[in-house]
Amino acid sequence: MKRWKNRRQSGILLAIGLTGIMALSACGGETTVGGGASSAAASSAAGSEAASPEAPAGDFPTPNGGELNLYNWTDYISPDLLKRFESETGITVNLDNFDSNETMLAKLQAGGANYDVIVPSDYMVAQMIELGLLQEVDPASFPNGQYIKPEFMDVYFDPGRTYSAPYMYGTTGIAYDPTKTGGEITSWAAFFDANSPAAGKIGTLNDQVEVIHAALRATGAQPCSTNREDYVKVEELLAGWKPGVAVINSDGVIGRMASGEQTMHMMWNGAFTRAQADNPNLQYVYPAEGITLWSDNFAVPVGAQNVDNAKIFINWMMDPANIGEATNFVGYDNGITGSSEFMTADLGANPAVVIPDEFKALATPVPGCSVEAIDLYDQVWTNFKK
Amino acid sequence: MKSPRGTGTSLKNFPLFGPVAAIVFGFLYIPLVFVVGYSFNSNRVVTVWKGFSLEWYADVLTNDDIQRAVINSLRVASISTVLSVIFATGLAIGLLRMARAGKTAAWSLIMAPLVIPEIVFAIGTLALFVQIRFPLGVDAITLAHTAFCIPFALLPIRARLRSVDLTVYEAAADLGANEWVIFRRITLPLLAPGIVAGALLAFIISLDDFIVSYFLAGAGGTTLPVYIFGMIRNAITPGVNALSTLLLLVSVVIVTVSYIIARRRR
Amino acid sequence: MARRSTSGRAGQGTWWAGLPGLAYLVALVLAPLVIIVIFSFLSRAKLGVGVKWEFTVQPYVELFYSESLSGERSFDPTYLQIFFNSVVYSLITAVACLVLSIPIALWIATRPPKWRTLLVFLVTIPFWTSLLIRTYAFVIILNDNGPINGALTGLGILSEPIPMLYTPFATIVGLVYSFLPFMILPIYASAERFDFRLAEAAYDLGATKGRVLMRIVLPAVRPGIIAGLILVFIPALGSFLAPELLGGGKTSMIANVIAAQFGASRNWPFGAALSVMVLVIVMLALVAFAVVARRSSRRGSQQSLESLL
Repeated sequence: MKRWKNRRQSGILLAIGLTGIMALSACGGETTVGGGASSAAASSAAGSEAASPEAPAGDFPTPNGGELNLYNWTDYISPDLLKRFESETGITVNLDNFDSNETMLAKLQAGGANYDVIVPSDYMVAQMIELGLLQEVDPASFPNGQYIKPEFMDVYFDPGRTYSAPYMYGTTGIAYDPTKTGGEITSWAAFFDANSPAAGKIGTLNDQVEVIHAALRATGAQPCSTNREDYVKVEELLAGWKPGVAVINSDGVIGRMASGEQTMHMMWNGAFTRAQADNPNLQYVYPAEGITLWSDNFAVPVGAQNVDNAKIFINWMMDPANIGEATNFVGYDNGITGSSEFMTADLGANPAVVIPDEFKALATPVPGCSVEAIDLYDQVWTNFKK
Repeated sequence: MKSPRGTGTSLKNFPLFGPVAAIVFGFLYIPLVFVVGYSFNSNRVVTVWKGFSLEWYADVLTNDDIQRAVINSLRVASISTVLSVIFATGLAIGLLRMARAGKTAAWSLIMAPLVIPEIVFAIGTLALFVQIRFPLGVDAITLAHTAFCIPFALLPIRARLRSVDLTVYEAAADLGANEWVIFRRITLPLLAPGIVAGALLAFIISLDDFIVSYFLAGAGGTTLPVYIFGMIRNAITPGVNALSTLLLLVSVVIVTVSYIIARRRR
Repeated sequence: MARRSTSGRAGQGTWWAGLPGLAYLVALVLAPLVIIVIFSFLSRAKLGVGVKWEFTVQPYVELFYSESLSGERSFDPTYLQIFFNSVVYSLITAVACLVLSIPIALWIATRPPKWRTLLVFLVTIPFWTSLLIRTYAFVIILNDNGPINGALTGLGILSEPIPMLYTPFATIVGLVYSFLPFMILPIYASAERFDFRLAEAAYDLGATKGRVLMRIVLPAVRPGIIAGLILVFIPALGSFLAPELLGGGKTSMIANVIAAQFGASRNWPFGAALSVMVLVIVMLALVAFAVVARRSSRRGSQQSLESLL
């Protein structure tokens, strides 16, 4: 009798368990569920979106619910801005993050290409166009394409803007706290100095391209050099410098510099302004040897599931008011005219954001390196990260 | 062999073992206490206590991306659990009847996910899916999780199966029942506690997994541990602690339930 | 447990029942491993992810040699160094776990039976929590602003916080913490099977507690110790989270390097070659374990392993 009762108990338990599991799986359903009331609309809209053909040329798609899979740098777009987009268009945004162009490229090529909008930097756009990874959605022809700044129209990596739309642009310089480190840092050579006053509390981006660009500059060479001698010097420089480096991580720089966890960090200028807001002691350096002027862009990868929504999003982000709000959050200037009206006064006056005249010549874009140079970068970076 | 001093209480205490044991217990739990404790910190900087607050829990629970990650995790864990338990039950029964050579090979295959460093398994499945052009994402993660949940589900089921008195089968067979009926009405109910235990284990293992999910994640396919990892690398706020505490809670509840069931069985 | 030799096996199912499971494992466990081995002999896809289907042993050569920037190939111990470091860290972790586990395992085993199950359960709980969370706990604890530094500076012992985070020390602490239950449980399982009256007998006959410990108890729990060492060493070797979060991106163990090859570095064949090497090391460790375990009680070590569940 007892055994029978126990068997029943466990049987019931098992049934409940399995039922619960089935119920949960059913909740998951086909599409990933976003928040709020748009989920019901999203499921049905996503179905119809997939079935209907591409909007005819010349007709810009109108928002019809559905989803958008956005792949962006970590902490590089305002959550409130996305919420506003969601409520204005009814499109649910799913945001995933990456910490470097190479990480994004690796994920995309491995088959994660079901993102709808990605945010590659200038040289990466060029590389991806060459590899046939981007769709020619022609942002310049979008309704808001008229707002693209003239100097951002015929860029080296995408003349005429047939693949990408401008997002933010900025520089990668040095952020440091003079009250903690003492002394004055004005060059990459000082940053990479093995006897730097900040040694032990130095941080750097986990970005092969940025670090080695800077290291080449510090040793008097040019980024993307194909001269092996230059790299020998770079290796020596990095080897001497490494013991003083506490952290190699592109994520979380703002928090670490704001809290004083590190006192010197290779940093993007916009991220710097956000850290500076919390810690006014911080200073941004335009090193004497020159810095990279990069620009980030929106693009639609081949294989995107929601191309119409991607176009709607990119168009929306080219609206001066919207990108102005984005700028105020991330702290960079952008490639859209008229957005400066929406920029906060502080940001507009910050020398880290709007490059002062005396430093303008130092900030130059760096197109992607040749395959040969990339090989050398790879070697040096691998040894550095050992 | 009785000690002249009585029923053997004289050697219960080796020098220092008690205190060291207490310290080790503390070591096991105190870090988790910190994680939970700081989740109530109203200060942005996790380790500098400013006051008690539940705001991080509110933050975390209303965050869309986190909700999506939680749902992904639950979905993956549920399906992996069901599948791995089904496979494991079959394996438990099959193993009992396998010839020696086949058995060793089968065991090696089954235990492989436990022995191989997880990173190798993660990149191996990544390579596999890329080769056959299977899209990365929640489904890929589910398939991979099922595979390494199988050994975890198997062990309790197998232990249960081996404790079954074989005469029960003979009796049933003698009474005219066929294989399938015997399986349904005798084997399965007898195995039930083992299956439940195996299912609970598989569920936690899948829920907590990081590295495989990290490599196989695709658009919108982030699971909770992957999301937490991103948070840790980006900005350490008590929000991370709040999320971690919730995940801890789920794991502890499941383990406790499993334990209670196991105790009832003995 | 009456288990007669069964001539009539009716009703117990056939070995076919295991086929679906085996097929699945072949597809999802064996196939990935085979692919990794194959990839390790292929060429790197230029600027891309994946492989170029050209046979080469270059990935293995890269393990030992690198082309210096002046174009010469020379022996480069970089990766061997990382392997070596990983093995050393894992050994340190295993030994540290051992030292911490023996007292607690033996202590639990010598408590009254009613308490034992509860105590073991308390040890088990952390075992089942997420490794990520357990590693994160030490990101907080070892922080410059964390509780340890806070206490030390608050008490005036230190004037400045010591940087404990982002060091090999932090990595090892994280590893030890993660794997401690893996060591406690097998040793406890062995200890539980040991009849303590033997030890008591020795004690009554005049042996000191120390001698009883060293010459009777420890040898008796040897199977558990061996099982625990393997259960800690092997996963520690393949550990990714502790070096990543606690080592600051500077302390690389082998899993971090492999991960990089499949991430931003995009050198899959090399990552595959590294993985093959890791598997080889793991196999060697298992063989060593099997050899040593054969000398102790065979039943003991197997039961120790199964005791985890």
